[in-house]
Amino acid sequence: MPAALCLPDGGPFMLSFIFRRIAVAIPTLLVLLIISFLMMQTAPGGPFNSERPLPPQVLANIEAKYGLDQPMWKQLTDYVAGIVTQFDFGPSYKYKDRTVNDIIAQGFPVTLTYGTISFIVAILVGGALGIAAAIKQNSWLDYLAVGFTIGAQVLPNFVMAPILILVFTLMLGWLPGGGWNGGQWNHVIMPVIALSTSYMASIARLTRSSMLEVLRSNFIRTARAKGLPDRTIIWRHALKPTLLPVVSYLGPAFVGMVTGSFIIDSIFSTGGIGYFYVNAAFNRDYAVMMGLTILLGSMTILFNMVVDILYAWIDPKIRL
Amino acid sequence: MNISIKSVLFASALAFASPALAQGTAPNGMPLADTQTFVYRVLDEHSSVDPQIVEDVSGSEIVRDLFEGLYNQDADGNLVPGVALSHTVSDDKLTYTFTLRPEAVWSDGTPVTAGDFVYGWRRLADPETASPYQWFVDVMGLANAGPVMAGEMPTEELGVKAIDDHTLEVTLAGPLPYFPLTTTHASTFPSPKWVIDEFGADWTKPENIVSNGAYVLTEHVPQERSVRTRNETYWDNENTIINEVTALVINDVNVALTRYLAGELDRTEVPAGQYPSLKEEYPDQALSFPRLCNYYFNFNLSDMGPEATQDVRVRQALSYAVNRDVIVDNVLQGGQSPAYTFTPSATANFEVPTVDYATWTQEERNAKAVELMAEAGYGPDNPLSVTYLYNTDENHKKIAIAVAQMWKQTLGVDVTLENQEWQTFLETRGNHDFQIARGAWCGDYNEASTFLDLVQSGSGYNDAAYNNAEVDQLLAEAKTAEDPQANYTRVEEILADEMPVIPIYHYAGVYMMSPGISGSWPVQNVEQNWYSKDLYKVATE
Amino acid sequence: MTNIPLNPQQPKTAQMAERMTEVKGRSLWADARTRFLRNKAAMVSVFVLVFVALFAFFGQFLSPWDNETIDWNVLGNVARVGQPSLENGHYFGFDDSGRDLYNRVVQGTQISLMVGIVGSLIAVIVGTIYGAVAGFVGGRVDSAMMRFVDIAMSIPYMFVLILLLVVFGRSISMLFVGIGLIAWLDMSRIVRGQTLSIKNKEFIEAAVATGVPTFTIIRRHIVPNLLGVVVVYATLLVPQMILTESFISFLGLGVQEPLTSLGALISEGTATMSYGTLWQLFFPLGFFVITIFSFFFIGDGLRDALDPKDR
Repeated sequence: MPAALCLPDGGPFMLSFIFRRIAVAIPTLLVLLIISFLMMQTAPGGPFNSERPLPPQVLANIEAKYGLDQPMWKQLTDYVAGIVTQFDFGPSYKYKDRTVNDIIAQGFPVTLTYGTISFIVAILVGGALGIAAAIKQNSWLDYLAVGFTIGAQVLPNFVMAPILILVFTLMLGWLPGGGWNGGQWNHVIMPVIALSTSYMASIARLTRSSMLEVLRSNFIRTARAKGLPDRTIIWRHALKPTLLPVVSYLGPAFVGMVTGSFIIDSIFSTGGIGYFYVNAAFNRDYAVMMGLTILLGSMTILFNMVVDILYAWIDPKIRL
Repeated sequence: MNISIKSVLFASALAFASPALAQGTAPNGMPLADTQTFVYRVLDEHSSVDPQIVEDVSGSEIVRDLFEGLYNQDADGNLVPGVALSHTVSDDKLTYTFTLRPEAVWSDGTPVTAGDFVYGWRRLADPETASPYQWFVDVMGLANAGPVMAGEMPTEELGVKAIDDHTLEVTLAGPLPYFPLTTTHASTFPSPKWVIDEFGADWTKPENIVSNGAYVLTEHVPQERSVRTRNETYWDNENTIINEVTALVINDVNVALTRYLAGELDRTEVPAGQYPSLKEEYPDQALSFPRLCNYYFNFNLSDMGPEATQDVRVRQALSYAVNRDVIVDNVLQGGQSPAYTFTPSATANFEVPTVDYATWTQEERNAKAVELMAEAGYGPDNPLSVTYLYNTDENHKKIAIAVAQMWKQTLGVDVTLENQEWQTFLETRGNHDFQIARGAWCGDYNEASTFLDLVQSGSGYNDAAYNNAEVDQLLAEAKTAEDPQANYTRVEEILADEMPVIPIYHYAGVYMMSPGISGSWPVQNVEQNWYSKDLYKVATE
Repeated sequence: MTNIPLNPQQPKTAQMAERMTEVKGRSLWADARTRFLRNKAAMVSVFVLVFVALFAFFGQFLSPWDNETIDWNVLGNVARVGQPSLENGHYFGFDDSGRDLYNRVVQGTQISLMVGIVGSLIAVIVGTIYGAVAGFVGGRVDSAMMRFVDIAMSIPYMFVLILLLVVFGRSISMLFVGIGLIAWLDMSRIVRGQTLSIKNKEFIEAAVATGVPTFTIIRRHIVPNLLGVVVVYATLLVPQMILTESFISFLGLGVQEPLTSLGALISEGTATMSYGTLWQLFFPLGFFVITIFSFFFIGDGLRDALDPKDR
């Protein structure tokens, strides 16, 4: 990883690093936008098709209203201009009471909330589990942790989510079976469990093997030889090097969690953007699709950058 | 025509005569439950709650609660007064004059006037509104509908005007016996001009919306829920029993059922195949009733279609070999009825014609099918291969799998299943780029022509590209005929003979409904135009 | 995005890539084999995987039924009469459409294995070539190529995959390509880093000095030396490919009926799990889990075996 992280002409200053990243991000987003626009346009069908085809006259009215009768380059430039000048991502062709801005304003906080909570839960539980398993290597705790992590990693969450509802809603009656309700705690629990488990498992596995490796390294052996207590060794000396490989995983993990999950939104009816995104692709809801592509693309770039900075902060040897 | 007016007046008189409901007693005399809320599952987010923009079923359900048109439907699907009390028809049957209810007001207190209807209908016809249901003014037969829709004439020329605040005059282009029936459609509801002018496209948001129905929209979280609560200014508010109606978006039908069983919902759809066991376990909650929809397979009779199915014997054989009883009893299992005719038997004033192959046993049909295939030159050494196209959906898939096996096992046909996602499917089918494709249709109004018009050669919905001059003529005549049944019978007979489509089954609404609410559900209304104001929840232990 | 982690193994593999630079000499392979053979979990996994592969490709010969014929007596009554039974030869019972589940699981495992292996093969080939070229050529070319990878990494891939399947229609080959495309980026980064370190070795310098063409050097000297890291990464990629395919199947964009995949079978089994036909979930899920387990353990085992510093 470090090899990839060091930009070939890397300068020492974080500011210039951030600046360069942003300079790359803008054309990246533009390319992303154009690719998704072209793909949407080439996809068969259109946003206004239905079982009952619209009469040509009616279709023409609707296309005129949304500017879809314009040549493709004009649509694209208008769209980009709308974003740049007014931060307007356009209307939804399918959910006509809403604009893309409305959808993002309503759905993104939801996704961000359960994504961030899942992320924190995954780190805390996964990290603790991994460390505990490493310290007590080959104990029952270790086997249990390893078993759990692999199990959790391979159980698809479209299986886990309905099982959670079956157990916690129908059988135990403890939690509501879906909805968001403004983020009320009892509506958040199941989405967080379903979303965080596989990440938690990955983090635990990474932490465990990384910790095992660190514990065998010379400087820990030296510390042991000096007679330092185990606790001090682990917290003072072993923890930071242990976390290094974990941190590089956190970037993709965080992006994965906050950019929305179709399965979570679809099964728990949370109203996050994951569902809107996939559905927009199926509905050919061009503006929603592109607006969310830009949003998710920006998030991905931003969080990857944050992770790189974090990485450099933990390990000063790495140049940005 | 006269019948329709009479029934309206009669129903109106009944409504007038019914005494205000005693506190805590349901219309059927049972004690009411303490909390009168109705929570139901919808598959997907609705398209809009703007009457002139809405295009989907779940959106129309909400619009029917929020707004009120000239007429409503009762539990049996008959017309009952809404904002209009009654109407008269001129002798030439071209001019309808509606008398509006003086006490009707919008939720902001403004009286509902004939002008609001005029505004709504012009808005519907106006090309600038870009309503997906703009064509409905044509279905209603309003004078000048065509030129106004095309933008060639100002919307003021549309055949509707306000004589005074409570008198609405409608002029039709030609006599249309079922015109009053069209006024229950969501797109014909009035809209509040002053609100739309003030808020523009944002007027349907809960904080802005003004409506004239029994409910007002109080909350809308896309892809999660929408809530409507009792409208205190509604003219018949005192007879409204349900206080709050919530539509929850739940994509997965099985998850929805789990949540229903956990008591979170009052109504949800039953997944295919689960009705019998649910009925056994919850006899008072599992409901199944006929709907005004059909399900069929299109042959591709256009030039692009395969040669094999241009042969009527092949089409008949494939149709005969489909064991419809297995589809409805073993695959769907929800009380659907096997279809041998295109038009559902639930259609009003429609008598299902007896087509020959409906009366045979499946063994006879299979034997005949084998015979026909042999005649057409297909057999074990020259097996027919066909591709069946359907869109991604659990039920479509199950039917496709079953039918493919029926054809294979009975006729030795080699079937390739092709499943496409919805938009691609529509495009492929619309371009006649298929061999056999799934189709389904729900009636726009309760009359056989809403179905049979599909097989007219000029119809935009004729995916089979079926073209039969006699059928076209019979259907054209039926439009103005006093009793079109004879024409419909003949058309169905021709269809059974030439088999441009294979009717598979006629829909049923299959629901789990909480025991409190199920008694008030309008199961007799085959169009399923239900109004929350007519529902109520009785007390259950 | 989905929360299927696309590359949970990446950091470890990357680390390993670093360490591989220290690996020298022929004896490495012999050592590695000994170490791998001693790893119980990995060895058991190899046997399990062989069993799964045999099952997938020859399992249908053990059953008198096939994966598409409907038993009309069972259809519509699967919960009551469709249970697994050794007597009637329907070892895994019936699926919801009254078809023999054993044969469907056999055939589904086949597809899933193929998607996993072909998908990672595509990722490995594209990623290796790209990374090796970038790393070996170096300079501006390297810089440009890696910047492109950075850009491509910010694309929300699951959606691109969905779009690909939507735009170009569903087919197994599209699925292979689409899934492979998701994963080559990490591969290319790892290979590039690895190449950079091999590049400065004497034998490469000697080859350059004697005028061997660049691509011959890449093909003859660089790529073979990358084999270790590539094999490890590929092993760990397979389960991710299978998981990705299962999500695609959940969306209904997977293979066409009557063909199926483990993901599609699991999705169907989940839909009916509360209606008394749990075996429809358990059998495919069982094969899914043991297959992925095995790949994970083998990958871990290979990494440990090829990495002398670890353990």
